[in-house]
Amino acid sequence: MAAPLIELAGIERVFQLGDSEVHALHRLDVRIDAGEYVAVMGPSGSGKSTLLNLLGLLDRPNAGTYRLEGRDVTTLSAVEQARVRSERIGFVFQSFHLVPRLTAAENIALPMILAGLPPTRRAERVARALRDYGLENRADHRPDQLSGGQRQRVAIARATIMQPALLLADEPTGNLDRATGDEVVRLLEALNDQGMTLIVVTHDGGLGARARRQLLMEDGCPRHDRRRDETDGSPATCALPT
Amino acid sequence: MRAPDLIRFARDAATGNPLRTGLLVLAMAIGVAAVVVLTALGDGARRYVLNQFSAIGSNLVIVLPGRSQTGGFNPGNAITNTPRDLTVDDAQALQRASAVHRVAPLAIGTSEISVGGKLREVMVAGTTAEFIDVRRLQLAQGRFLPAGDWRRGASEAVIGAKIRDEMFGRAEALGQLVRVGDRRVRIVGVLATTGQGLGMNTDELVIVPVSLAQAMFNSNTLFRILVEANGREAIEPAKAQVTDILRLRHEGELDVTIITQDAVLATFDRLLGALTLGVAGIAAISLAVAGILVMNVMLVSVAQRTAEIGLLKALGATAATIRNAFLAESAMLSLAGAVLGFVLGQAGAAIIRQLYPVFPAFPPDWAVLAALGTALGTGVLFGVLPARRAARLEPVRALAKR
Ligand SMILES: Nc1ncnc2c1ncn2[C@@H]1O[C@H](COP(=O)(O)OP(=O)(O)OP(=O)(O)O)[C@@H](O)[C@H]1O
Ligand SMILES: [Mg+2]
Repeated sequence: MAAPLIELAGIERVFQLGDSEVHALHRLDVRIDAGEYVAVMGPSGSGKSTLLNLLGLLDRPNAGTYRLEGRDVTTLSAVEQARVRSERIGFVFQSFHLVPRLTAAENIALPMILAGLPPTRRAERVARALRDYGLENRADHRPDQLSGGQRQRVAIARATIMQPALLLADEPTGNLDRATGDEVVRLLEALNDQGMTLIVVTHDGGLGARARRQLLMEDGCPRHDRRRDETDGSPATCALPT
Repeated sequence: MRAPDLIRFARDAATGNPLRTGLLVLAMAIGVAAVVVLTALGDGARRYVLNQFSAIGSNLVIVLPGRSQTGGFNPGNAITNTPRDLTVDDAQALQRASAVHRVAPLAIGTSEISVGGKLREVMVAGTTAEFIDVRRLQLAQGRFLPAGDWRRGASEAVIGAKIRDEMFGRAEALGQLVRVGDRRVRIVGVLATTGQGLGMNTDELVIVPVSLAQAMFNSNTLFRILVEANGREAIEPAKAQVTDILRLRHEGELDVTIITQDAVLATFDRLLGALTLGVAGIAAISLAVAGILVMNVMLVSVAQRTAEIGLLKALGATAATIRNAFLAESAMLSLAGAVLGFVLGQAGAAIIRQLYPVFPAFPPDWAVLAALGTALGTGVLFGVLPARRAARLEPVRALAKR
């Protein structure tokens, strides 16, 4: 069998808050194969965002190893990690995180600019992305001239412009109304259908149920790791707090 | 990130906050403009003085009666307290020196000129025909004093342009008889206007033969002897020869002061050059202040743009890219400020030149280069700290901050 896309083993993430330690992630073991669609759910403070940040190399674990495409990425230098983020990982945030002074097209082009792609290749890809996400008429608009749904579509276009293997979305519909949220989710699912691995953090049970795999977090551990084709979830992958 | 993209990114970031950018550019511009204008004033003063000195004439050796006070204690002076007169014969004797081209004696006194009921106090200069060439003066009308025996000058006078206007108005001055003191003299020439200059103003001068002036003031001594050397290289030999001749004529005692124009010029040049440098230094302080302002504003900008920095890192930017973007921004702001300041400073200097045409207020090249260099240098130097702070931000923290 091929190596999984993501392999987390014994991950610990501890935050120091004054005298007390917060175990945001505790003895976490997770494997995610390429092309999977995973919904990470759980109560507030259970470590969902922390997990996603680790997966996106925005944060480093205190202990444990993270293998991405078979390579241990926790020991990489900052420059190498930036390269992995640039080429292999796409981010979608709840609050969009568009650069306010840049137009939609410029925001979409940003990862390619940072990666040093020549302008002609960029223009071509941006034009295609604008078309794919129905933003042709909004290319020269700034984020404050766009609706929430349009903003999130720009963010998704930006996250996927470098054709990453892994797309991470932290509550991508959190700031959107129901209909717009559904539309955004359908876009993400379409990307997953094309083979991109999709990991979505969500509070919305209905949304989570659409994923083929649900990871239910509680106090830094996945309490349930359930695939849709299985009748019941696999047992918890870490010991419950006693 | 490619260089053009980096520059465009930094430019957009700068123009994205016009108030902040405007204030920074202005601060930098004021610093540079201050250096440019102040050094233009300092160097203008230097040039003005040099010009005025050269206008007096060139290759001059000037003889003054009496030992120079700065010459130190001289036992000869202590005995004969009153120096010997500097006489017309002394001046004539100098003409024999080989390095000397021309000699003009000069006796000075004040008197009154009157014509047709008009009366005015004037400066009277007694000299000879050589004076006009030694001092490089121009005539507007008539002729200058005639050459001839220095001790027997005719009762003739050459007057300055302003005297002519005041005493004669629109009437003809040439050939008129006027009273100067208790003498009647005929006006034979009028000097061209020279404008206000250093030393005596020839516009308000009445020039008469030296013998006449000495008789008028009942004095034998001269105010100056102006000696023109044969050329630039002849100045020092001329000075030595003049010294020898005068010492011989004054019984071995050198009771005169001999100065060369070059020495005076060099002194003024040094003095005013140092002044310009000092002024430039003071103005440069405003550049340092602007640099600190750049740093603070950029630090605030880093704080305000924390989320953006986190985002850029999430999108694959390395720490070096972030640092370069912020450095490029502060360099760009400094450059804009420096260029604006340069333009403002040059405009200011041009306005000064317009208002005071005789004053050559041009900023020296070194000052302009130093100001531009310092502006850019401080901008980049003080941009390093904020840029490094931005580069070091942890992506997850940066993103979490809203
Ligand atoms: N930078 C930090 N410093 C200290 N504690 C932190 C930090 N980030 C997260 N935590 C703590 O770690 C735990 C997990 O946080 P995390 O943001 O992963 O939760 P979450 O599941 O995403 O919650 P939510 O659903 O509210 O977004 C929480 O107890 C939180 O207080
Ligand atoms: Mg969260």
